Order: sequence, then structure tokens, then C-alpha cells
Amino acid sequence: MSTPSLDLDTYVPHVDHTYDPRDPEVALYVDEVSVRFGGVQAVSAATIAALRGQVTGLIGPNGAGKTTTFNVITGLESPTSGRVWLGNEDVSALRPYKRARRGLARTFQRLEVFGTLTARDNILAAAEFRRSWSRDGSDARATADEIVERVGLSHVQHERVDMLPTGLARLVELGRGLATRPKVLLLDEPGSGLDVAESEALGDLLIELAKEGIAVLVVEHDVDLVMRVCDRIHVLDFGRIISIGYPKDVQADPAVQAAYLGAED
Amino acid sequence: MEFVQLLVVGLVTGCVYALSATGLVVTYTTSGIFNFAHGAIGMLGAFTYWQLTVGWGWPAALALPAVLLVLAPLFGAGVERVLIRPLHGASVDVTLVITLGLLLFLLGAANYIWDPATSRVLPELFTSGGTSIAGVNLSSQQILIVVVAVAVALALRTLFSRTRIGIAMRGVVDDPDLCAMSGASPARIQQLSWAIGASLASVAGILIAPKVGLSSIQLTLLVINGYAAALFGRLKSLPRTAVGGILLGIVVEMYPVYIAPHVPGFSTTATELTKAVPMIFLGVLLLFLPSARLRTSTAAGRIAPTVPGLRQSLVGGVGLVVVAVVLTESLSSDNLGIATSVVVLAIALLSLVLLTGYSGQTSLCVLTFVGLGAWAMGHSGHSVLGLLWGALLAGAAGALVALATARLRGLYLALATFAFAKGMDEAFFYFHLGAGQQLEIARFRLPGIDTSSASTFFLLCTLVLAVASVGVLAVRRGRWGRQLTALNDSPAACATLGVNTTVTKVAVFTVAAAMAGFAGGLYGSSRGIVTNNDFAVLGSLALLLAVRVGGINTITGAVFGSLTITMFPEIQKHVHGLPDKLQLAYLLTGLAAVSVGRDPDGLGGQFSRLGHHLRGLRTPPSSSPTGIPELEEARLVHS
Amino acid sequence: MAAPALELRGITAGYGRIEVLHDVSLSVPSGTVFALLGPNGAGKTTTMLVASGYVRPTAGCVHVAGTHVNRVAPENLAKAGVCRIPEGRGIFPNLTVNENLRMFTYSSPFSTSEVQEKSFARFARLGERRNQLAGTLSGGEQQMLAMSRALVSDPGILLLDEISMGLAPKIVSELYELVGQLAQEGISILLVEQFARTALAVSDYAAVMTGGRIAMVGQPADVADFVNEAYLGGAA
Repeated sequence: MSTPSLDLDTYVPHVDHTYDPRDPEVALYVDEVSVRFGGVQAVSAATIAALRGQVTGLIGPNGAGKTTTFNVITGLESPTSGRVWLGNEDVSALRPYKRARRGLARTFQRLEVFGTLTARDNILAAAEFRRSWSRDGSDARATADEIVERVGLSHVQHERVDMLPTGLARLVELGRGLATRPKVLLLDEPGSGLDVAESEALGDLLIELAKEGIAVLVVEHDVDLVMRVCDRIHVLDFGRIISIGYPKDVQADPAVQAAYLGAED
Repeated sequence: MEFVQLLVVGLVTGCVYALSATGLVVTYTTSGIFNFAHGAIGMLGAFTYWQLTVGWGWPAALALPAVLLVLAPLFGAGVERVLIRPLHGASVDVTLVITLGLLLFLLGAANYIWDPATSRVLPELFTSGGTSIAGVNLSSQQILIVVVAVAVALALRTLFSRTRIGIAMRGVVDDPDLCAMSGASPARIQQLSWAIGASLASVAGILIAPKVGLSSIQLTLLVINGYAAALFGRLKSLPRTAVGGILLGIVVEMYPVYIAPHVPGFSTTATELTKAVPMIFLGVLLLFLPSARLRTSTAAGRIAPTVPGLRQSLVGGVGLVVVAVVLTESLSSDNLGIATSVVVLAIALLSLVLLTGYSGQTSLCVLTFVGLGAWAMGHSGHSVLGLLWGALLAGAAGALVALATARLRGLYLALATFAFAKGMDEAFFYFHLGAGQQLEIARFRLPGIDTSSASTFFLLCTLVLAVASVGVLAVRRGRWGRQLTALNDSPAACATLGVNTTVTKVAVFTVAAAMAGFAGGLYGSSRGIVTNNDFAVLGSLALLLAVRVGGINTITGAVFGSLTITMFPEIQKHVHGLPDKLQLAYLLTGLAAVSVGRDPDGLGGQFSRLGHHLRGLRTPPSSSPTGIPELEEARLVHS
Repeated sequence: MAAPALELRGITAGYGRIEVLHDVSLSVPSGTVFALLGPNGAGKTTTMLVASGYVRPTAGCVHVAGTHVNRVAPENLAKAGVCRIPEGRGIFPNLTVNENLRMFTYSSPFSTSEVQEKSFARFARLGERRNQLAGTLSGGEQQMLAMSRALVSDPGILLLDEISMGLAPKIVSELYELVGQLAQEGISILLVEQFARTALAVSDYAAVMTGGRIAMVGQPADVADFVNEAYLGGAA
């Protein structure tokens, strides 16, 4: 999933990035979602499509509404208007656990780990949840061991998670999500708190997961990581999607630069 | 005419509820801490007033301002400074333990100072006079209550809209940090609100005491009825709270006359529910509370001591039985009876370890389930199946409570279980086990075992405790235990991993209640006679706090809780000069709770930490690094 | 030469076990505007929290006008002239505009009516909505109300944390007009901004933070080039 290389001179600014929620390629579709808290419009008519087998980035300045969007997708928060589609099914009316059972997993920016359990037990618990609702008879312990290895937590698997540094705790959340064998994986700043090597390994893992067919939607501030792993990027600003495109396009988009750096005088 | 008369009486009662609830709401909004001790503070105010006027002969004109404007506010401010301010940022669970501890402590203290065996009467402020308006008779006291309520409402309105400090009090509700940024100290504002709260609780206590009598428990529980009014105002709106209080007052007075007798076929039951009306009101309000979002991260500082492995817990279980065998040889049959009580209660408290310790569901009604178990046992003759019926009945009740409270957590769950316990206390146990209704419970028989022998029965109960302990630990180590712990640590994460949190919650409530019910059957069998006092709501509070002090996520905690609560009255019998039976348990448990309540793991956690320390292990931090608000700042960017 | 309005020396600070600021030093000379820039999560807000007494540094010291203030409570710092306008809306949403202004008198030398006069003179729109709940104001109006505190509290040092967040460009420029005016009156200002260009236009000095450290300090023009690199990975 390398970034399509584009010649900036022949670059066409308006590649069509609109999709239909019923398109089989679309694993997750956020359909004109708006959220209002009291007097504050946190998200306004945001439309996001995450495709199977791709890493989709969701970036934007602080307070742009990224985490709120994730909460709406997972059902933790109700939108004022708009719908959420998962695998071509409208799941807007479903409670969070039902969405999870349809293949949606996520991590949290403000960690929601099971702090009093060990790293492995966090992942094992998630694998057991998966087994109990899917009744697929999978071996939860084997799954847990495999994922511990895969996300690179073997060396700390028997430590309680509230003893781990934030970066590793984020990996625990990622592993926990993977243990439910998701079709769509939402990652809220997975790279923060990781060192350079860990961040690189995370990037490789995300690309790998996408290759396996998972639709990955990632909120991340580490620009290098985003540019490296994302196939397409949505830019959220004041709760609006101001730009959608391939990484290079987004980076060159004047609207994005204005959102990050302020308007040119 | 009777209708109008009742309406007026209801209005007057409602004014008292409104006064009490207003104080509660003022403290809650500015400090974010629900003061469970509010009722006890009101009780203390009334007793102090009695002491000044009746005891020392002060004129009311002097005693009233002394209590309401000096002593009560000073007390409220002192409580804020000593207990509440250090709680800044603490979890709901911790604030609950501290204020419940204060409630018990104040009750214990009041009983110590004013011996409950002596009867006291607090005269009305105006004994004579009264008037008749449009054929409705009003006593001077009734008029006074309404006048005071209106005056307080006007005074608060002026405070909150006209004065800078009042505006700052509203500002603190919005944003305490911004208050500090503007130069107004949130701590001082909070202190003022606690002073006002204590004063309002005392007003309510002094006004209602002449009607209900000067009984510490009665007064405390009566002021607690005001909680329903506070909830009507969603714990934030003062006008709605006032309306809630008056509505509640009217419903309370009208119910026995106009509603209960007219329930076709169930008029007796309906009449028995009369005293529980405020708690039913509270329960209904909780049902209609808007759904809370699935949130709240890990309670900071939970250490959750290492769970013993199967081998270790088996060794512990066997050890327990061995100790019991030794005890049967050395204890008198009286003392064996006490030891049996300790063991049986410990089984009931194991249910709290499972429910509150592991899965984080607060329950203030453990004794209600025990009582249901005992009641079922009492209607089963000598059959050992009574234990099963008890477990089933209590389990069913637990499932109902869990279903009704599926959406509630933290404070609201605590309030709901409290309402359930108090309601059952007043509507069920009072009529079925109350004065003159003691239930005689025959001891069950088992083939080949002489259960009537004190030592055999003791050994049998100990065996049950050992098996239950090993079982609870096995659950904790297993799949379900992981799920319960996960639910405690982060409900939101559980839901996004496909867990139906409602089902999990109902399941754990049912199992825990059934355990308590089973223990209730044993309790009844061991006692032979039970009364409603055995299952009073305050007993549930004391037990929860005692387990919390011992460590709510450990077996040790359950045993500690049962041991202390059972032993206090026994110790008292052997120490001279200590009067009433309950006070030491309340006084000391309350004191222990307010002193160690800030540590969510209790003494068990402290021992565990000490053990870790001695063995040179790393101990978890006292405040969890996960879930701090400004965490995004901790991000490292590599450019 | 007068002592700097604000000086941080070797500040290390964080939350619990997580260290966010590592040896941060900066100095805002009296009467100047200092812009603190950097990507999300670089530690800018934490720096502000340290300067205003909300986060106690684990090492290093904070000086306000030459006085060591490490252990002074936030409300007392506020009264002593450290005025912080927080990220988001620095207003009380359930108080009316007038009541909000009255709250500002806690740290202001002026009376309630003087405070109202001054802020309505600067922001006429607030005067029109004086009895409205602040939470019902538009985002721009709310930020104007928040900025009124800076206007009336006669601060020794003004800390502005992302005052442009979530606001339309027109309102941002109106707010920055006020910042410029305050600067001209000689008020020392430390401001944190995402919008580097906007901030640099009004500042005398600027610093860039990354990863909890000061990556560079200098004149606005020098800092501008460095910023593009730090924010957008060099594409801009």
C-alpha cells in the first residue's frame, strides 16, 4: 500500500473521493454526521468513507472533532443528525456492543485499558468476548498469545497495564481491538507515546493489517507516520471535512495549510 | 374538606423536604460530592438545638441563631475542610465511602452523647396559637414552616443572583478552574456551600423533630427522604428541587388516604407501602433519569491485590476449616454462636467482593438480600431446601434491581440500591419481621449430620465459607472474572469490544444476591429468630464500609468486615460504661471509613502494598497515569 | 533593566508519572509579546498551566516580575496579575454576560460598572447581549467575553491559550486586533497558537516547542521557516 506517486505539476485537485455507502468496497461509511454539545457544533455534516484493505487517515488541528467522530461511529455518542454504515448496513440505531459484534473495534485517545489486568489478560479478555458472542469455538488463549507477539508486547505481557508507559498501553488497546477480529479498526492516536523505532513498527503493522483486508481508520498527529501509512486522508477542521485525498494532495492543499498554520495575510 | 386539609399538611411536610433537599443540592452542585451524611447533619442540628433549649434552658431566640447561623455553618465548613477538600478529583466511589462513613460516625456520636434510651421531646417553636383559613386548621408551627421555607427560597435567590459570592458559587458549578483563574477561590466557595448545606439540613431537622420525635435514626432517615426531592431537581435545579419536595410531601400525605385503600385486591399491601413512598418516589425518578453515557475510566489508585492461585486459595480454605475445628474445641457454645454469625455474615459479604470489589457495582442493600434469604428459610420448616429458596428469591430480587438500574452507575446506582434497601426495610421487613412479628426459623436438617449441635453447625458454615471463598477466587481468575474486572476498569471499552454490559451487570447482581440470600438462610438458621432490625438499611451501610475498610476486593476484606461488625456489640458487653449496643459499630466503622476511605483498596490494599514493598517489587502508582485529562500533552512527536 | 514579566527556568513538569516538559526555559521581557508555537501535544498548554500555577513543576522555577512563585495557588496568582485565558471558552456558560463580567472583578482593580463599561466599549455586541446566558452566545462572542477579562484585569502578564481555536478567520483577526492593542498598551503577553502566521504577525519573540522541549527561540521571521517543517512535515 505505498502512496501513489503523483507529479505535483500535473496534479488534479479534485479527484473524486465520494463513495456510496452500499459500495462493497466501503467497510465504514460516516454519512453527514453532525454533533452538537450545548451551543457548540463539534462535528458538522462530516462524511467519511473507510475502504477495505486501506489505511484511511483522519487528521486535523486540536479540537477539530476527531474523537467525537469516533464516539459516534462506535455508538458511544449519539449524533444530532447523520448515519453510520458498517459493511453496507445502516447501524445508526444499534448500541455499541452490537456494532462491535458486526466487526468494529477501536482504541481510545484517553486510554480505556483494563488497568488492573495484565497486558496479556487485556487481550485475552477481548478474545474471550469475541468467542462468547461469535461462538466460533476459536481458542482465545492461542489468539491472545499470537496477538501479544504481533503487536510487540511479549516483554511486558505479564505486567499490569496501569504500570505500563502510555505508548505500550496504546498497543494493548490495539491488540485488544485485534483480538475481536475486526473488519473495521479505528485507532485514536496510536502512535503517541511511542519512540521512533516503535512508531515505525506500528506503521508496518498498520500497513500489514490493511493488506489482510481490514479497513483501518486512524487519527494521528505524527505527520510522518500518517504520510507513510495512509492510502487516503480526510482532514477535519471545526468539525467539517475540509479536504479528502491522497497524502501528497492533502499536504499541498492550501485549505489544509490554512487550517494548520492560519490564513495567509 | 379533608382533602384540602391533607393538601395543606402535605405542603407543610413538602416544605421541610424542600429545605433539606435544597441544602443537599447546593453542596452537590458546588463540590460535586453527594453528601450522604446530610440527613445525619440535620439530625445533629436538631439534637444540638434540643440541648441548648431543653437541656440548658436557652431561650429559642438565642438558641436558634446559635445553631443555624453559627454552629451548623461552622460544622459544615469544618467537614468541608477536613474531609471534603482533600477529595478533590476523587472517584465517586471514594466520596461515597467518606460521606457514608460520616453518616455512621455522626449517628454513633449522637447516640453516645444523647443516650437513645432516654426519651426527649423537642417542643414546637410556637406551642399555642394557630389559625383557620377557609376552614383549614393551621398550627403556628405549620405556618412557621411555610414562612421559613419561603424566606429561605427568597434568600437563596438573592444570594445566587445579586451577590458576587453567590454568582461565584454558580460559576464554580460551571468551571472551578476558571473561577480560580478569575481570582475566586473554589475551595472557599465550596466551603461556604457546605456551611449553607449544614445550616439548611439543621433547619429541616429542627422543624420536623417536634412531629416525628427526637430519635437519631428516625430523624436521619426522614431528612434522607429529601433526597428524592433533590433528585427531582436532577441534583442541580433549586426551583425544581423545591417543587419536588412539595410534590413529595403531598404524595406522602395523600397516599394512605386516597390511594392505598383503593387499590383493588391489594389494599393491605398498598397500605404497608405507605412509609416507603418517598423511596418509591426516588426509585421512579431514577428510572426516568436520562441515560448516562458509557464512560468513567479506571478509578485511580486501585491496586487490586494479587489474586491468590488455586493452590494458595485451597490451602487458605483448608486452613480456615482447621482453625474452625480448633475453635469448636475451645469455645463455649455461646461463643460458638457468635463465631457462626461471623462466618455466615462473611459469606454474605463475599457477595460484595464479587459485586462491588470485582465488577465495581455499588450496592447499599446487601442485608436486604440476606433478609429475603432468612425470610424464605423461615417459611421452609426444617427443609434444607429453604437455603435454595432463599438464594432463588434473593437472586430474583437482585435481577430485578439490576434490570431496573441497568442504566445507572456510581452515585445513582448507590442511591437506587439505597432506596431499595430503605423501601424494603419500611414496607416489607417492618411488617413481616417487625415488632411482634419476629420470625422463628427452624434449623434445617441434613441426613447423617446433627445440625442442631452448635459445633457441627459452625463447622458446616465454615465449610460453606471456605468453598465460597475458593469459588469466588476461582471466578476472579477465570473468564468471567476477567470480564467483571474489565467492566469495572472500563465499561466503555467493554461495550466497544462487543460485551452487552447490561447482561453482565444483571448476571453479577443475580449471582451476588443469590449468594447473600443463601447466607441469609444460614443466618436465619443459626439465629433461630430474626427481626427487621437485623436487616436495616443502616446495617447494610455499616457492612459495606467495614468491607471497604478491610479491602473490598479481597476475601480478607469480607472476613474483616464480618468480624468487626459482629464483634463490636460483643466487645461492648464486656467493657463497662458503654451504653447502647449499636453505637460503637457505627462510631468506629464510620471513623475507619473516613480515615482510610480514600484508599480504594482498604487495609487489604495497604497490606498488599507493604508486602510488595518488603519483597522489593514495584508497586502500582497511587494515582493511575492512565486517564488523566491532559494526556494528549504527553504525546511525543517525531518530526 | 526591569525583570522579565515571566520567566521559566529549567522547568520539568508532567502529570503523575508522565513527564511532559523537559527542562523548559523561556523569558517574556516586560512589555513584549512572546509566541509559543508547536504541533499538537508539544507541551504548550502544560507550559501555560505551569506559568499560571495549575501544574506544579517537579524541577525548575517560575518567576513573575522577578518574584519566585512556584508554590502560589492559582487564584492568588490571578489576583497578583497573572491572567490566563484558557484554551476553549474561558467563560461561565450558565451565567449571563453581566454576571460573567462581575466574576472578572475578583481580579480587577475596577468596579462592576467600570468593567461593564470597558468591555462593552470594546465589544459592542456584548453590550447588546448583556442579560443573555453566556453559553448561548456565538463562539466568537464567547471568546470576546473571555478576552474582556484580559481587558479589565490590568494583568502583569497575559497568557493566551489558542484564542483562535474553532473560530472563523474574521473573528480571529478581530481578536488579534485586540491583542495588538493590548501589546501597544505595554501589557506583556505569552501566547500559544496553532496558527503560526497569525501569532507571528503580532509577536516580538517566538519559540517552537516539540516533544516537551523548546526546539528554537528567535525573531518571528526566523521562527516562521522552522514552523512549517515542524507542523506539516516540510510540505508547506
